[in-house]
Amino acid sequence: MDYLSIIFDQVYKILFLLIPVLVSVAMIVWLDRRVWAFVQKRQGPNVVGPFGLLQSLADALKYIFKEMIIPSSSNKVIFILAPIVTMTLALIAWAVIPFGATQVLADINVGILYLFAVSSLGVYGIIMGGWASNSKYPFLGAIRSAAQMVSYEVSIGVIIINVLLCVGSLNLNDIVIAQKNLWFVIPLFPMFVIFFISALAETNRPPFDLPEAEAELVAGYQTEYSGMMYAMFWLGEYANILLMCAMGAVLFLGGWLSPLEIYPFTLVPGAIWLILKILLLFFLFALVKAIVPRYRYDQLMRLGWKVFLPFSLIWVVLTASFLFYFNLLPTN
Amino acid sequence: MIVHSIFFYTFSLIAIISAIMVTASKNTVHSVFFLILDFISISCLFIMIGAEFLGMIMLIVYVGAVAVLFLFVVMMLNVAQQKNQWFAAKDSSKHIPIGLIISTLIFVEIIIVIGGWKYKPEIFDLNNSLTQFSLSNTHSLGQILYTDYIHVFQISGMILLVAMIGAIVLTFRQRAGVKRQSYIKQISRERAEGVEVLEVETNKGVRIDE
Repeated sequence: MDYLSIIFDQVYKILFLLIPVLVSVAMIVWLDRRVWAFVQKRQGPNVVGPFGLLQSLADALKYIFKEMIIPSSSNKVIFILAPIVTMTLALIAWAVIPFGATQVLADINVGILYLFAVSSLGVYGIIMGGWASNSKYPFLGAIRSAAQMVSYEVSIGVIIINVLLCVGSLNLNDIVIAQKNLWFVIPLFPMFVIFFISALAETNRPPFDLPEAEAELVAGYQTEYSGMMYAMFWLGEYANILLMCAMGAVLFLGGWLSPLEIYPFTLVPGAIWLILKILLLFFLFALVKAIVPRYRYDQLMRLGWKVFLPFSLIWVVLTASFLFYFNLLPTN
Repeated sequence: MIVHSIFFYTFSLIAIISAIMVTASKNTVHSVFFLILDFISISCLFIMIGAEFLGMIMLIVYVGAVAVLFLFVVMMLNVAQQKNQWFAAKDSSKHIPIGLIISTLIFVEIIIVIGGWKYKPEIFDLNNSLTQFSLSNTHSLGQILYTDYIHVFQISGMILLVAMIGAIVLTFRQRAGVKRQSYIKQISRERAEGVEVLEVETNKGVRIDE
């Protein structure tokens, strides 16, 4: 009976986390399209519901009732597995995101490594989908995406090392608490910029959306997908984007901490602050999509390997020497 | 404890079955996917014995990077047609003795190491230095790796660097007649050298790009 109550307790907590995440993914799609439209002086989706808020719901219904087409020459098991993998990986990472000092599903010692591992596994959904479709365009998209995500992971890893040097712990809550006096966005501002750009590349957002570049590859790895499976890719992609925003918020913007530790701000619960920071980062993501043209593939690779990697490595050396020289290295 | 052993046997069963499937499956891409499953279940086992740092590094390095490159290479070779020709070939029986010798060697080595560790634990003095249980295993790994074993650690890093440089040297070739983009050249171009107004005579034309 003990085990059963533990299981029920955990399932309740997981549902309490996942359902808001899924709903906010649907809302964030609407927000993305709205921001994109306003930059281009359009209205965007504004018909279904107030301000078009229910547009994503209508889209989801449309996808559910559409036929799922599985190409006859595809590798069927992997073809069906691919969107499931994308979706699952995008959701399991939320387990370690802290919404408050105690409001975290799994407060593990190696939280940041877990986040990094799960986000680097995200490439499998795309590779599996692209390969199993057994078609030229999805395959090219998958190959591009594999190279791109492996390249930008490296610089994200080095940026995480920068933050870890200042914290001295791999636990996400410790990372948040270490920013109590000064958010890391101020001393590590160049790293924040590089993290933001690498996050764009890691989630295949414009200007790095080469895996699904519609002018060259139809829709990249999603070309052969339809109906609910396409919707799952789509949801997984946006859940990943939200996750990257949450990671940026935790690493650089102080997570659930309020911007000023004075009276009116401390009334607001930490979860609200975290959500506001995630939304701010997502707004930047949406703006970048609207205002920047797509990179060429060789420029993308050059940026990742020849600019970001050396720069963030040098910054690691600088951070480490600064902390060492002024005796600021965290000890515990 | 029962739950612990249930999870342990589940993960190890998955690990062993997927390791067998890596060699047994006909499609090479499927083999790589089974290899990934194997890595993941082994990292779950690492996490179960409390080595969470090793488990996560296993996921990041092997699953997140190495296996992606495996897939990359295997998918580039058109393996859909050549479903394991290696086993279908006539002279494949030649390789069996060599394989047997190598696998027996590896088996004996594992027996020696695990037997020694089980029956004479004092030989492995690393055990004694690891017994600071108040620290998380990330901390204790770091303390051992960067103090007692710093030279070994540095040398392994150097070996990896040399291997990387070697791979680059092997694949790098300078081809003649390839037009490359130079960003500095592009940016520092001025109107005077970019645009030229010519008087073109009728039926003569001009030659550009000289």
